[in-house]
Amino acid sequence: MIEDIELETLINDVYEYYGFDFGSYSRASLKRRVNRLFHLDGFTHFHEFLSRVRYDPEYYKRMVDEITVNVTEMFRDPSFYRVLRNEILPLLGTKPFIRLWHAGCSTGEEVYSMAIMLKEAGLLHKSLIYATDINASVLETAKKGIFPLRMMKEYSENYRDAGGQEDFSNYYIANYGIAKFNEELAEKMVYSQHNLVSDTSFNEFDLILCRNVLIYFDNDLQKRVINLFDESLAVLGFLALGTKETIKYSISPTKYKQFEKEKIWRKVK
Amino acid sequence: MEKSEVITGCKVVIIGGSAGSLNALMQILPEIPKIKDFAMVIVLHRKSTDDQTLEDLISLKSNVPLKTVEDKTPLVPGFVYVAPSNYHLLFEKNDFLALDTSEKINFSRPSIDVSFESAAEIYGESLVGILLSGSNTDGTAGLQAIQAHGGTLVVQNPLAAEMPFMPNNAILYTEPHFVLHNHEILKLIISINSPND
Ligand SMILES: C[S@@+](CC[C@H](N)C(=O)[O-])C[C@H]1O[C@@H](n2cnc3c(N)ncnc32)[C@H](O)[C@@H]1O
Repeated sequence: MIEDIELETLINDVYEYYGFDFGSYSRASLKRRVNRLFHLDGFTHFHEFLSRVRYDPEYYKRMVDEITVNVTEMFRDPSFYRVLRNEILPLLGTKPFIRLWHAGCSTGEEVYSMAIMLKEAGLLHKSLIYATDINASVLETAKKGIFPLRMMKEYSENYRDAGGQEDFSNYYIANYGIAKFNEELAEKMVYSQHNLVSDTSFNEFDLILCRNVLIYFDNDLQKRVINLFDESLAVLGFLALGTKETIKYSISPTKYKQFEKEKIWRKVK
Repeated sequence: MEKSEVITGCKVVIIGGSAGSLNALMQILPEIPKIKDFAMVIVLHRKSTDDQTLEDLISLKSNVPLKTVEDKTPLVPGFVYVAPSNYHLLFEKNDFLALDTSEKINFSRPSIDVSFESAAEIYGESLVGILLSGSNTDGTAGLQAIQAHGGTLVVQNPLAAEMPFMPNNAILYTEPHFVLHNHEILKLIISINSPND
């Protein structure tokens, strides 16, 4: 395993050379990711790795792509999606126009899950889904809407557990190990690069989803990001986090009301 | 075995298990009256869809109070913690827990290796790692890390394990300080940090 001091040097160098601040990322996970890349790419001395990152912007890009954790699923935590479908979407449906933001959308599985639910609720035509991530490579994948075919069995089970009634395989075309999702689903998606550490609010939303992203941040950065979401959320809009994340420590509890036991909060003022 | 029979200076006891480990745990855990000066962390292979059933079972059976693990939950002596399904459980400096959704390791999330390695880095000599029954190799690399950082290694006696493969594998590739039956594991845990009892 790499040393703590090596990790701190890397963080400082990246900030100095590229202006990106990993200083507020949770160390335990970050250290594992850097260690993994260091060995994966066959380095033996940390200083070699450091100078490669410093002087090779392409490699720096690779490093950012590799140390961010991009694992995602369609309809991960089906019970969460069931609540979205049954409780939240009907409330949003009364609006003439619905704006959503997936922050840290990774390869887009979550975004397509949302589009499927909006379509089934008859709301997709009046929705606009912004999906952002810091990692440019995952956004390219997301735009294509192409996911591994071998995952579809699990996803269709998740879909069903989340209250889906249709034949899930109608949503994609299977071909040589890939599942290409219907382009109609992607019509209302807008993908762009956005860094939660340094970029500002860019619109006002009715529903912001940021699931399993905050776990990689320390408490201070979490607070800043939650406040960024607060600035970006319309009154009576919803904020949804991952099943193990909370806004409790980040913002005044009088401003937000938790939706039952779910990790969904409604901005009440 | 260089460690004396009684473990002192322990801050964290981490228990890992897979197939067949729940029964063993249920023989041990309910008999522990209370723990002082250290926290107990349980990492079991579990279904990704299992929400709270394991936590509910443990808090029902255990005298040691359970604290639910969320992101950045503080690790406090006297409590038991359970790694949630579908996340890896990591340890941060200053005694708090962190979660991570990265790839499965040994087909598992939570993976025992990931948690053991992370705990070893933070707690070093004040860590006790206990590996129970299972039918894959998860846990061995974790115990190696605990060994390298000077912690104490305990492996369930394969004869007592429903699935002996995991303990056997650990015994093959590490030098456990203790290889114990369930009631002996219980006795050991109760004696931790209590040299006079
Ligand atoms: C584990 S994925 C979560 C994917 C999806 N939301 C889910 O829950 O399945 C975390 C994502 O956060 C992104 N991320 C990490 N740091 C970020 C930052 N500073 N700004 C924006 N996105 C970031 C990563 O690139 C990664 O795609």
